[in-house]
Amino acid sequence: MNWLLLLEQVLNGFQLGMLLFLLAAGLTLVFGIMDFVNLAHGSLYMMGAFFCATFSEWTNSFLFGALLTIPATFILGVVVEMVALRRLYSRNHLDQVLVTFGLILFFNELVRLIWGPVGLDIVLPDFLNRSVEIIPGVPYPIYRLAIIVLGLAVALLLYWIISKTRLGMLIRAGASNREMMGALGINVQLLFTLVFGLGATLAGIAGLMAGPILSVEIGMGRSIIILTFVVIVIGGIGSIKGAFIAAIVVGIIDTVGRSFLPDILKLMVSSDAASTAAPAISSMLIYFMMALVLAIRPQGLFPPKGVA
Amino acid sequence: MVISIRNKINICLLVLLALVPTITTLVDDSFYTGVFSRVLILAIAAISLNLLIGFGGLVSFGQAAFMGVGAYAVGIGSFHMLEDGIDWMGNGYIQLAGSVVISVVLCLIIGTISLRTRGMYFIMITIAFSQMLYFTAVGVDLYGGDDGLSIYERSDMLGLIDLNDEDSFYYLCFTSLLFVLWFFHKINHSRFGQVISGSKSNEERMLAIGFSPFKYRLAAFVISGVFAGYSGFLMANLNDFVSPDMMHWTRSCELIVMIVLGGVAGLFGPLYGALAFLLLEELLSSIPLNIAGLRVGEYWQLIFGPLLIVLVLCARNGIDGLLPGAKHDK
Repeated sequence: MNWLLLLEQVLNGFQLGMLLFLLAAGLTLVFGIMDFVNLAHGSLYMMGAFFCATFSEWTNSFLFGALLTIPATFILGVVVEMVALRRLYSRNHLDQVLVTFGLILFFNELVRLIWGPVGLDIVLPDFLNRSVEIIPGVPYPIYRLAIIVLGLAVALLLYWIISKTRLGMLIRAGASNREMMGALGINVQLLFTLVFGLGATLAGIAGLMAGPILSVEIGMGRSIIILTFVVIVIGGIGSIKGAFIAAIVVGIIDTVGRSFLPDILKLMVSSDAASTAAPAISSMLIYFMMALVLAIRPQGLFPPKGVA
Repeated sequence: MVISIRNKINICLLVLLALVPTITTLVDDSFYTGVFSRVLILAIAAISLNLLIGFGGLVSFGQAAFMGVGAYAVGIGSFHMLEDGIDWMGNGYIQLAGSVVISVVLCLIIGTISLRTRGMYFIMITIAFSQMLYFTAVGVDLYGGDDGLSIYERSDMLGLIDLNDEDSFYYLCFTSLLFVLWFFHKINHSRFGQVISGSKSNEERMLAIGFSPFKYRLAAFVISGVFAGYSGFLMANLNDFVSPDMMHWTRSCELIVMIVLGGVAGLFGPLYGALAFLLLEELLSSIPLNIAGLRVGEYWQLIFGPLLIVLVLCARNGIDGLLPGAKHDK
């Protein structure tokens, strides 16, 4: 086996894991605290990427574009929450599925109307568009390293917010007992709006970071949102720590599986059969993992305290 | 016998649906026979899914994948009949039998694992399994992989029904719908159905009085999956085409939208939902209005999405809940 290739794929897996973590953190907060099924989380990710592409073009700079995207997705999240979702917290999951499905249709069509059916490109500035040698002889794109570093930074920031600040205290309280928090005089509605905005911002950051490496196109949210669901379910719904660990595990297994499974399969079956079956099996790998985890621990690996 | 207003409306709807081929012949526009065939087929899938969702409280996202099983039974059958000259594979009854066997086996495996979980986790694990089936279909190059499989020869029903004739195909769908309505009416009012809905409202109590909800739920999961396979069989014959796309989780999501739109509480809800969903789609996408050079109909989802949201916010129990004499959820 090629160890250098393995190292590179593990790093790629880390990088995918960071994107997944950013998406999963927002989604798991919204699920855990508000008990709200948001299928449209992928749309916010897509909007983040499109905002970033547009702002980068206006300002002629990826960095400025990215900085502008962050407040823009926050505002978008808050607006969506206030207009459409606020009235749905008391409803059952089915109504929430229906409404967020409506949102998916709306955002996809809106993007097609504004930006057209063809995807966009985000051009990276030169200093990010290079490779460095992580160990001698192994070049690795700086931008992907930057994603890993930034993802870790956001994870630390999130950890700090949730474990050290008053907002984080309220978020944790909300996750374990919503009614009691309302009874103690906390403005639950405002908290929910903020949490949803925070989730939207994280999704937007994931979108803008993914923009330059994946293509910025209409279907981009649809495929990654399912991976994100897998992550939060494996990690335990409502648990940031679970989301972090599961995101990295899923990211690495998915990436490494895709690049090494064909070779491993060839050892077992004929190379013809291996090369047809491998892509399908490697796409299924994480679903197998999820089914396995849920079959053994139906509540996920790290369910938050107070949730059965 | 007194028939409630509600049932009168339901009967009127069925009579109207029975007349669809006659009306389209009169106005000489057979396009709508196809549209309504699609409505009936999706209604069959949605009604059988509602056994899990509405009556069992189990939100399964796997229905489209099981539809795919039935559809691929037709696709693979016609493929081998034409390519390899294996005549019996074009036989519709054999294709149906294959679809039933595979659906039952898959549902037993998937159900046994999934039904250990509840709520959100159940939603997610059924998505996971349906994605596995989806990727299986994508991965099999022999049957077209991603591009799908064209069906050049519809299922051969041994002269009993000619599936190539649009009207007899429609009536097959219609009688199937009537059967499905009757069957699920019977189920919902049987001891079996009472256990299913009893476990939804209070699982501990069901356990305490000596029922084990798991086997009942598993049976419901299998029944629902088999009917999904049957609707997939019809759908493949209608479209003359099958592709992994019809197994994607968003397709299951559409079925769930139909159910919620129509109302989860009643037997007829999913039928109303399927009607409303597809007719709105037809209607909105053919809006002839032009604004600033853009044809509004082309962007129909821009209207459809918010419309769904408004409908959910205003009509709590779906279309079914708007009819007189509705049972309201608490």
